[in-house]
Amino acid sequence: MASPGRAFRIGLVLVAALSVWSIFTGVIDLTPAQAFGEPGGLALIASSRAPRTLAVLITGAMLAVAGAVMQVILRNRFVEPMTIGTGQGAALGILIASFLIPGAPLVVRMVFATLTALAATFLFLAIVRRLPPTQPLLVPLIGLVYGGLLEAGMTFIAYQYDMMQYIQTWVSGEFSGVLLGRYELLWIAAAVGAALYLIADQLAIAGLGRSMAVSLGLDYGQVMGLALLAVAVVVSLTVVTVGMIPFVGLLVPNIVSRRYGDNLRRTLPLVALTGAGLVLASDIAARLVRHPFEVPVGTIFGVLGAVFFLVLLYARPRHAR
Amino acid sequence: MHARTLALLAGVLALCCLGYLTLGARAGWDFILPFRAPKLAALLLVGASVSTATVLFQTITNNRLLTPAIMGFDWLYVLLITATVYMIGGFALADLPPLLVFGLTSLIMVAASLLLFGTLLLETRQDLIRMILTGVILSGLFRAGNGLLQRMIDPNEFSVIQVASYARFNAIDTDILPVAALLTLLALAAAWQMRHRLDVLSLGRDAAINLGEDPRRGYLQVLVVVAVLVSVSTAFVGPVVFLGLIVAAIAHVLTPVPYHAVLLPCAALVSMITLVGGQTILERVLQLSTPLSVIVDVVGGAVFILLLLGSLRP
Repeated sequence: MASPGRAFRIGLVLVAALSVWSIFTGVIDLTPAQAFGEPGGLALIASSRAPRTLAVLITGAMLAVAGAVMQVILRNRFVEPMTIGTGQGAALGILIASFLIPGAPLVVRMVFATLTALAATFLFLAIVRRLPPTQPLLVPLIGLVYGGLLEAGMTFIAYQYDMMQYIQTWVSGEFSGVLLGRYELLWIAAAVGAALYLIADQLAIAGLGRSMAVSLGLDYGQVMGLALLAVAVVVSLTVVTVGMIPFVGLLVPNIVSRRYGDNLRRTLPLVALTGAGLVLASDIAARLVRHPFEVPVGTIFGVLGAVFFLVLLYARPRHAR
Repeated sequence: MHARTLALLAGVLALCCLGYLTLGARAGWDFILPFRAPKLAALLLVGASVSTATVLFQTITNNRLLTPAIMGFDWLYVLLITATVYMIGGFALADLPPLLVFGLTSLIMVAASLLLFGTLLLETRQDLIRMILTGVILSGLFRAGNGLLQRMIDPNEFSVIQVASYARFNAIDTDILPVAALLTLLALAAAWQMRHRLDVLSLGRDAAINLGEDPRRGYLQVLVVVAVLVSVSTAFVGPVVFLGLIVAAIAHVLTPVPYHAVLLPCAALVSMITLVGGQTILERVLQLSTPLSVIVDVVGGAVFILLLLGSLRP
């Protein structure tokens, strides 16, 4: 397998360039000269443009990492947290917290979201465990239907409590609301994602299957539990802050593993970087395509990701996973 | 035997209709009737369309898990409407005679679904799971594409499509009722006309050929009817993903025979009971504001997963 080092260095340059572009893209025209020359230029960057760019980078990176981890521990190429119910579980949790404890502080909602995301994921795993291993495509299929079911349940609650508009913000991900002071939770997600890197080797072993992992001396249950908890936290933080962006976790790990294999410790940094770059490029496109209006980046990814999924579904040989 | 089942279902449906028209009425008949009767008619039309489209689709795909809605037909229709508004403008669209618009969109829908699902369904028919997954993803793609196009449209013209894109049984737009009724009845009549050939087609490709039926021609005709039925029901109430799946499954339990002469009316009756009865209970008895489609989606999603798991058992 090729070493991802060179790709990582090239990617870093590209992402840096995209970040600069992102900072100078928006409703208010802002050139680099204005930013440093005119009053308010730097303030605009500090309060809005830079937080947005950072939020996009962290979200993209962490969703890609969460997807890679999910694919390794579920041993299935076609899954990611936003298509198997984890994201919908998190949104459901925020919704429940919002009407059980109106005016609850963000931390309380976060805890709720993480717990329901975990519960939704565990329920999905319980269903998946009963599937025959000969049908790998059943896992994403049931995941998609299951996610849709959770979303319908959410719509039901929202209708009853007149909160339809409220839930839209989590169901379709976008970054237009990100300002200084409104995205800082994402740094926790980044920290959790970095922690996943530390247990990357254990995750790779867990990905060999329970019996193999146990015979290699791994505490399988503990590693799986930690990984799922980390994924749930990352996903919940993302959903709370910017909403659901589908398919990032599916697309990026597949692109990276085609060339660089599945060794998580080696590929995770590249996965994170690719995720960050891809979502940032989409966010810039979302701001430019109908300037001065914005298209949710989740919508753009919905189209891109679905097309990619179909390619993935048909490009592979029938028996390969 | 099955005649009794059907008669019983018809009786239940009559009760549901009566309940829908009378329950919670605080004014006289002459005031209530013009309000509720067209909505009732629309519900009945949608019910018969969805169930018939599903049964036909399951016959040609030879599988009880597949429905046009799961394969993305509904969202394809919504996407077509949005694309039309995007290209010619919402107000221009609203100015055209409804019959023309309806006929045109149905025609495009037939062509698009023949192209897409014809190749999908008729060429590779072995790998069922892959096909369903393809349908679900296509459905998501149409949905996301629709969302993207909606954002690109002038907000004023946007209101024209908003009507088409979410299921709302309690606020049915009855302006298109006469046109839709005509088209639906034609398509339903065509399906009924085909009932014996459908029995043959449901035996599978080889058996159908042996019995002197050209499966390719039959499949294409069925797809045309399905496309029309889906267009009509989606135009009325928007996409309802799992309604067809549920009612077809119930019909198979109530009348476990392979004959479409029994199956089609049974599924239609179950479907109309579900819609009218469900809407009556939801709107008049429980007074919930949730659209029926949301509840159907929750129940239907669970039914789908259970059916899928059940079909895997040897």
